[in-house]
Amino acid sequence: MDWVADFWIPLIKAVVVVLVLLLGGAYMTWGERKICARFQVRYGPNRAGPFGILQPLADAVKAIFKEEIVPNHVDKIIYVMAPGISFAAVLITFAVIPFGPEVDLFGQRVGLWVGDIEVGLLFLLAIAALGSYGIVLGGWSSNNKYSLLGALRAAAQMISYELILGISLLAVVLLAGSLNLREIVDFQGTWPLLVLQPLGFLIFLIAILAESNRSPFDLPETENELVSGFMTEYGGIKFALYFIAEYTAMVVNSAIVVTIFLGGWKWPALISDLHPLAGVGLFLAKVLFVLFLYVWIRASIPRVRFDKFMRFSWKFMLPLAFVNLLATAAVVAFL
Amino acid sequence: MTVSQVVFILLSIAALGGALGVVFARNLFRAALALVLSFVGVAGFYVLLEAEFLAMVQILVYVGAIAILIIFAIMLSRRMMSSETQPWNEQWVGAVVVAAALFAALVFILSRVDWPATEAQVPADSISQLGQALVSPDFYVLPFEVASVLLLVALVGAVIIAREQ
Repeated sequence: MDWVADFWIPLIKAVVVVLVLLLGGAYMTWGERKICARFQVRYGPNRAGPFGILQPLADAVKAIFKEEIVPNHVDKIIYVMAPGISFAAVLITFAVIPFGPEVDLFGQRVGLWVGDIEVGLLFLLAIAALGSYGIVLGGWSSNNKYSLLGALRAAAQMISYELILGISLLAVVLLAGSLNLREIVDFQGTWPLLVLQPLGFLIFLIAILAESNRSPFDLPETENELVSGFMTEYGGIKFALYFIAEYTAMVVNSAIVVTIFLGGWKWPALISDLHPLAGVGLFLAKVLFVLFLYVWIRASIPRVRFDKFMRFSWKFMLPLAFVNLLATAAVVAFL
Repeated sequence: MTVSQVVFILLSIAALGGALGVVFARNLFRAALALVLSFVGVAGFYVLLEAEFLAMVQILVYVGAIAILIIFAIMLSRRMMSSETQPWNEQWVGAVVVAAALFAALVFILSRVDWPATEAQVPADSISQLGQALVSPDFYVLPFEVASVLLLVALVGAVIIAREQ
């Protein structure tokens, strides 16, 4: 066994990725509050440090030192486990996302990804399925009718939108001819898939918003009807874990959108021979843009009603996704 | 003991422990969660056997769809926490006989199979080969089509049952 290549390099890559994701998730809370405030002509957090830049640290310290309360009526094991499942699933998802090409670092040939597996795309979908268990279990174990309703909604939402997510990705697989995310990025060398799959991109974006319970589809935690739904009974660090999982999921989902539809670390057209580390910078810039899109949508669109949302899923989005898939298949088969 | 042996033992504990949990849990919801653990353990076996595609499909279909449907149904149809079901009933004698017979049959069959081992590598494009095998007339196109018709029948049946009169 080659210890450097098979053990230390993957370990270092994994640690670096987890640290960057944690930082990204924490600062996403700050970024969202800042940007949302600007949309509403406010200042947002501006007390802790210049421009409120230390606000995530202050929030973290507060959450950690809060009293640990486990209500009497909850299912204790599952109640404690649920936020951890949510958070772990988000971190694991990033394992298959390539954020740069192969580069020479410190005399080693290093690929800028944690895992390069043949079925990367399926891995993303499978881990997303696991992640939804965090919400379902949290809502059920709280033993509270509002939380249970939140969990029910999460389960229903997940079943409906996972299907749409999968079908919109099938069109991508037809074009790229691979389930491997690195090869999907390579396929987008000249043009990002957004150009070939504009409809697929829109469907995917809506489905991933729904899948990650983001506004305007944050129905499992509607505070006006379900008093925050599945996380009503959570407080302190366990609440913070759910919270940071949601924001880290935003970062990871943006990375997924960038990798599959916006060309990953590649420059859109014509300009070739980018420096590999500039590619990483480009990847980050694209991720930041999609994150801004997330906040922009949240600040602009009110929450939809649950029954309308499900009808929209099954009667509009699903047929549309099938039409997109069939059209792509026809193009691939006959052109 | 090699690393993969240790992993195999841990996965076996997860899969078998989960299966026992399904049978012995008094709370139906917890039994469903134990089922999820068992499914994930089986997916781990597939990874160990370098069948990545099967592992991911196992998680997608069993954990992501079937188990979540079971959980969905339990949350909709039973009172949340208070429902403790009795895992035993008066038919246990018959159940023991049937289970023992099934176990004996499985042991008999498994002991007669000669397990061929091959040194050949997993083909690089195993997924596309699998896809081609599923639709080629020489291999599995007939079972594949029969399965899809079966699913269609189930889908139509579900719509008819759920339809408002």
